[in-house]
Amino acid sequence: MADAKEKEEPNQAESINHTADGGEPKKDDILRAKLEGRELTKEEKQRLRKEKKQQKKQKGGKEDKTVTEHHQGKGKKPVASSESQTATQPPPQKVPVTVPSPTPSPVQVPAPGPTAPSPGPTAPSPGPTAPSPGPTAPSPEAPVASAAASEKPAKTKAELKAERRARQEAERASKTKKGEPGQPSSSSKNKAVPNELQPVVKRLSEHVQVDDPAAIKKLAKKLERQQIPLRSDYGYKVSLFSHLHQYSRKAPLTQQISIPSTVIHPSVVRLGLQYSQGIVAGSNARSVALLHAFKQVIQDYTTPPNEELSRDLVNKLKPYISFLNQCRPLSASMGNAIKYIKKEISNIPSQCKEEEAKTKLLECIDAYINEKITLAAKVISEYAIEKISDGDIILIYGCSSLVNHILCEAFEKKRKFRVVVVDSRPRLEGREALRRLVKRGISCTYVLISAVSYILQEVSKVFLGAHALLANGYVMSRVGTSQIALVAKAYNVPVLVCCETYKFCERVQTDSFVSNELDDPDDLIVTRKGTTQLQDWQSVKSLGLLNLVYDVTPPDFVDLVITDLGMIPCTSVPVVLRVKNVDQ
Amino acid sequence: MDEGELVEYFRTQMSQNPDVASAVAAIRSLLEFLKRDQSETILGLRENLTQAIGRLQEADSSVAVSSGGELFLRFITLTSLEHQDLSQCKKVMVERGELFLKKISLSRNKVAKLCHNFIKDGAKILTHSSSRVVLKVLENVAADKKRFSVYVTESQPDSAGHQMAEKLRKLNIPVTVILDAAVGYVMEKVDLVIVGAEGVVESGGIINKIGTYQMAVCSKAHNKPFYVVAESFKFVRLYPLNQQDVPDRFKYKAHTLKTAENLDKEHPMIDYTPPSLITLLFTDLGVLTPSAISDELIKIYL
Repeated sequence: MADAKEKEEPNQAESINHTADGGEPKKDDILRAKLEGRELTKEEKQRLRKEKKQQKKQKGGKEDKTVTEHHQGKGKKPVASSESQTATQPPPQKVPVTVPSPTPSPVQVPAPGPTAPSPGPTAPSPGPTAPSPGPTAPSPEAPVASAAASEKPAKTKAELKAERRARQEAERASKTKKGEPGQPSSSSKNKAVPNELQPVVKRLSEHVQVDDPAAIKKLAKKLERQQIPLRSDYGYKVSLFSHLHQYSRKAPLTQQISIPSTVIHPSVVRLGLQYSQGIVAGSNARSVALLHAFKQVIQDYTTPPNEELSRDLVNKLKPYISFLNQCRPLSASMGNAIKYIKKEISNIPSQCKEEEAKTKLLECIDAYINEKITLAAKVISEYAIEKISDGDIILIYGCSSLVNHILCEAFEKKRKFRVVVVDSRPRLEGREALRRLVKRGISCTYVLISAVSYILQEVSKVFLGAHALLANGYVMSRVGTSQIALVAKAYNVPVLVCCETYKFCERVQTDSFVSNELDDPDDLIVTRKGTTQLQDWQSVKSLGLLNLVYDVTPPDFVDLVITDLGMIPCTSVPVVLRVKNVDQ
Repeated sequence: MDEGELVEYFRTQMSQNPDVASAVAAIRSLLEFLKRDQSETILGLRENLTQAIGRLQEADSSVAVSSGGELFLRFITLTSLEHQDLSQCKKVMVERGELFLKKISLSRNKVAKLCHNFIKDGAKILTHSSSRVVLKVLENVAADKKRFSVYVTESQPDSAGHQMAEKLRKLNIPVTVILDAAVGYVMEKVDLVIVGAEGVVESGGIINKIGTYQMAVCSKAHNKPFYVVAESFKFVRLYPLNQQDVPDRFKYKAHTLKTAENLDKEHPMIDYTPPSLITLLFTDLGVLTPSAISDELIKIYL
């Protein structure tokens, strides 16, 4: 398959020539441009997209959702024309991908979701791989077959289109029938249910399939198309986490792109660097920084001629999001924010003037930040302060902006309490929390996480922040949180999690392995008294350094979740998601 | 109707119909108050009603009065009161109030109907103190010609358990009164535990007469099912984390709250049972697990 890649472009051109509407000279231009590494102009890209679409139709009405390829393209055979026999090569390839447990990432939802009728390169990157086995494998038959195909599509194109439309309508109807509650359960059996909930059933995101070469190839192709460099993994990965990326902080992605970059907006480049170096850290901070960067992007954006702002701006944002994802995997809150922005952009009416549209979008973003983050923090503090009584000893872990805000507010309202700050290596974020609280005048104690079972006997309440709240009630937070919740449960100390509703995500996860983030393993190396024991850890073959970032806490350990909608038990997260979706 | 009259009316309602829940009596009094209210504006009316609820809570500090009052207020103001005329609005509100009252009067029967299927022939039941809903359930089971026997705790300090035993004897149900301290001793003999509730909180836990928590912990240790029967107007927007977190105004009788100098020396009348110890709750909204209570509450209040 590897050499098929090199052959792909010329072969693609060949097969294109058979079916094209006579745009041969243009194809050569594009080809030359690609080979020269010149950036394709908008028109050329569009033409390529159209051709790929035609190719797909040629392959027999294969729908532009990769889900169908995940399960048995064999199911599509009766619909497909004879040429699709060659297309059965990709489906068997895809089958091993279905084996890892499905954890649909919210980040990928924008891609397959609203882009059902959208142009090729965004939805299915298997698009290019599909025609490539075609011409290479049965190569002698290819000219004959494609020649036959050139007549066939003319007749069956309309039929296929009608078929596809009918199928899409049927799916849309079944989707609305199934409704929202079907989503969390269906996403867990998405591999068994073929294609009924089209945008809801998500494919596995590439960042949890690092050990699957096909997925990586797909990702590489996508990034190539968007002209974002692929970041390479660093160091030996512990086998249990070999499906995740592990990057080195000393090799930021910005070293591989030319600055100033022609493809990526400078504020996004800066943001990416801030993420990868850990300068901007923390769920809320990252989301707010992302939204501000996008505001800058929107301000500097001008609609190219013959394009609609609502569609073009969304496409402009996609490479930025891939770039940021490469710098540091997106968090659930960032995913929700991006979903919101994309929805707002695509809802801009086409007759709206550009300036007006831009101001409207900027206002939307400001409103989102204000409502979901700032005001939510205020409401959550009010609820949380009810739960803080005089004489309390409150335990916090790490540095959660929301928990710090709550404690500062409670202190202003003259509640008498003490705080125990628990910290852990290698991030030592607790020091920042300690700094902020002591500056306000709150009396604090500082311990490392190894002393938690000792200190918990004195503690009356535990306040934890969250990175995301999953649909089955599990809390995803900084690594070590689940440990603290467990020990607190053993000592019968109530555990309160504070989380804004925009961090609720529809993912389901029961363990910390399936989807996580691996930080730079070199962070674990420490120099004491001049000696660094782990300096040459790479040379020791049997040694692996693991620097996990997140873990999940089961809902039995959490007594109460304080959100901006009120105080709810951990098991009611799907209810909130349902209510929110109804509102929207 | 001023506040003194309101409390008087409430007290007469309670004494005349000892069979109805205190929340129902409270709501009847509030309805009467609404009918006789003289305010000129909707806002004034609402304020008066809120004050009246507060006044009733001072008279009878049970959780049910508080929850019933709040639900009543929400129910009657739920519709858009767009009529220009205040008297029209009031008429609509009174109608809705009557409707609400009728609904909740039937709720006890609904609960009893749901629950009696869970009691098998030959069952030994343990219950705590005196609950009218549990009585109704056991009435229905007896009417179903099932044989069963009941253990009731004495439930000090007001010995309410003895009243329950009397009522059960009148229904010809074999009943034994046990000491509060004998719950652990008796637990191995019983098949299931059924208690009523004064309030059902957001987490799915319940607030009930003191001694319920002990019984729940014991039944969990013996793996016996712990059922709670409660009408839906007892759902309250509280979320206690532990026993200390229950507000003082519910823990002690209204009289004690006013006269006692140091509440620490007084005995609380209620305790909180966390949802992890409860198997199922039977309400007129259906048979619910504790985690579904929050669902229902969100539907009612949001």
